[in-house]
Amino acid sequence: MTAAASTGAVAVHPKYGSMSSDRRWALRWSYFFLILFAIFFLTPPVYMLITSLKTSQEISAITNPWWVYNPTLDNYRELLTSNQYLRFFLNSSIVSVSVVTITMLISVPAAFALSRMKFWGSTLLGTGVFLTYLIPETLLFIPLFKMMAVFNDLTGISLINRWWVLLILYPTLTVPFCTWIMIGYFASIPKELDEAALIDGATWTQTLTKIFIPVALPGLIAATIFAFTVSWAQFLYPLAFTTSESQLVLPVGIITTLIKGDVFNWGQIMTGALLGAAPPLIIYAFLMDYYIAGLTAGATKG
Amino acid sequence: MVDATMKSDAAVARGRQSSSLQRTFQRKSTIAFLMTLPLILLIAVLVIYPAFYAVHLATLNKTMERYVGFSNFLFLFKRETFWMVVWQSCIFAITAVIFKAIIGFIVAHLVHNIPSKGQRKWRGMLLIPWVIPPAMSTLAWLWLFDPSYSAFNWIFERVGISPIPWLGDVYWARFCVILVNVWIGAPFFMIMYLAALKSVPEQLYEAAKIDGANWWQTMRFVTIPMMRNIIAITALFSTIVTFANFDIVRVLTRGDPLDQTHVFATWAFRVGIEGGDIPLGASVSLFMVPILTIGAIFILRDIVKRGNEA
Repeated sequence: MTAAASTGAVAVHPKYGSMSSDRRWALRWSYFFLILFAIFFLTPPVYMLITSLKTSQEISAITNPWWVYNPTLDNYRELLTSNQYLRFFLNSSIVSVSVVTITMLISVPAAFALSRMKFWGSTLLGTGVFLTYLIPETLLFIPLFKMMAVFNDLTGISLINRWWVLLILYPTLTVPFCTWIMIGYFASIPKELDEAALIDGATWTQTLTKIFIPVALPGLIAATIFAFTVSWAQFLYPLAFTTSESQLVLPVGIITTLIKGDVFNWGQIMTGALLGAAPPLIIYAFLMDYYIAGLTAGATKG
Repeated sequence: MVDATMKSDAAVARGRQSSSLQRTFQRKSTIAFLMTLPLILLIAVLVIYPAFYAVHLATLNKTMERYVGFSNFLFLFKRETFWMVVWQSCIFAITAVIFKAIIGFIVAHLVHNIPSKGQRKWRGMLLIPWVIPPAMSTLAWLWLFDPSYSAFNWIFERVGISPIPWLGDVYWARFCVILVNVWIGAPFFMIMYLAALKSVPEQLYEAAKIDGANWWQTMRFVTIPMMRNIIAITALFSTIVTFANFDIVRVLTRGDPLDQTHVFATWAFRVGIEGGDIPLGASVSLFMVPILTIGAIFILRDIVKRGNEA
């Protein structure tokens, strides 16, 4: 018996060895191609960083564009002391934080009601929310633009060229998806939990704030990150609805003010873009798992 | 008599019971309705209404004073630029989605192949293009494609390839907008496919190995069928988003050279907002609806199917 096992092991061993060498080669090739793809994916951000450390003279000189000979932080110093750029940054921050708050206030109660309190039309509304998420902003910006103009004619309140018009527009992009993923998270909470709470005399509001929100906290964080990154990155609405420099948010501000006519100050443009990309990147670096959970939730939670 | 009182007692009891039930039911649904009311209002006022308003706008003349029926559409059909935009939008979306799906699939497999303790790091690094706001990362590409200082052309010059007019030539410019779109979108596919790969039970691979399946057979009969739903949903979703894309073309080429790289969204912006012809802009953007509807129907079908399987 023992003999049989040991001969078996001897017979198997060479084959196992060759398989493991196959596996080692597969691994080497995997790393090789991963490095190639990583170069492809990381070249633009790295090149942004390289350019942001250069002076205008070095940029316009015919030297190796992939190397910094005289690194300087002048571009950063200049932008971070420029009132204009700080204004864009502040506008973006205010808009994004407010939109996240508005989104959560609308979508969390709605998701709770749609996942737990069945009422007439709730299934239809759930599907409707998902379909709304599929309607792109590029379809709606022209009628919305006209609606704002009509609203101005009727009430005298001008919405166009005010940064806070974005607080009305951005929730159309964030609320449907956040509601949709929160429905998924709430639906995964066992029914016994809220039934027990209701039997103990908790009201629906208490069930939501004391049980659902704490238990579904990971989903809540994922939805918050989604809402923030979407509002931070949105480009079409601010481009169409705001024009005065004091009303611009970052993406539009960088493109319209740092590019003056045909003069491209690339050092500053790259610095501005890199600093503008920093908040989502920092959030991503620290909360990567939640970020990815939010990303995959759309398709895997349905 | 006795019988009657008993009956009426029972009726009263039943009545009380049902009315209190009804009341709680009503209360619950009222609360639920109030909780969803902001959502319903938001969708109705800022999504559904504008969508129909766009149809109404498309039937007006430029000053929006007169009903002109279909003449905006007929005008578009006669313009060469319009047909170019239709072509360019379709080519842009189809090519970009195919490449995103292929690259995403390959990279997901590569990440899945390596030991699991390094996977987190690689996945985190490879998702960066998706995290940077598109308007900002496209600026980096714009600088990489610069006509006189292109860093790619600098490398090409060193290895003896003649410089490429990235954004100056129509076909190269079309290639560039697709390339940037693939660069931004492929990591999303990678993450979705990686999640799908992780959800395939290990036993299936073991069973396939015992049955003597080779690499291709394992892929064909285990991996792809298990991932099929996510592949479909991701591709359809990406088709919708890519077809309606605005940021990349707007920042990279603004539709140039000679309006040859416009897609529906950027051309609608050019005509409607910059050109001041809102009805015509609305008509242009409405041409996105058929493709978006088809995509949405298929996604919905897949998601409902998924829900039934679970």
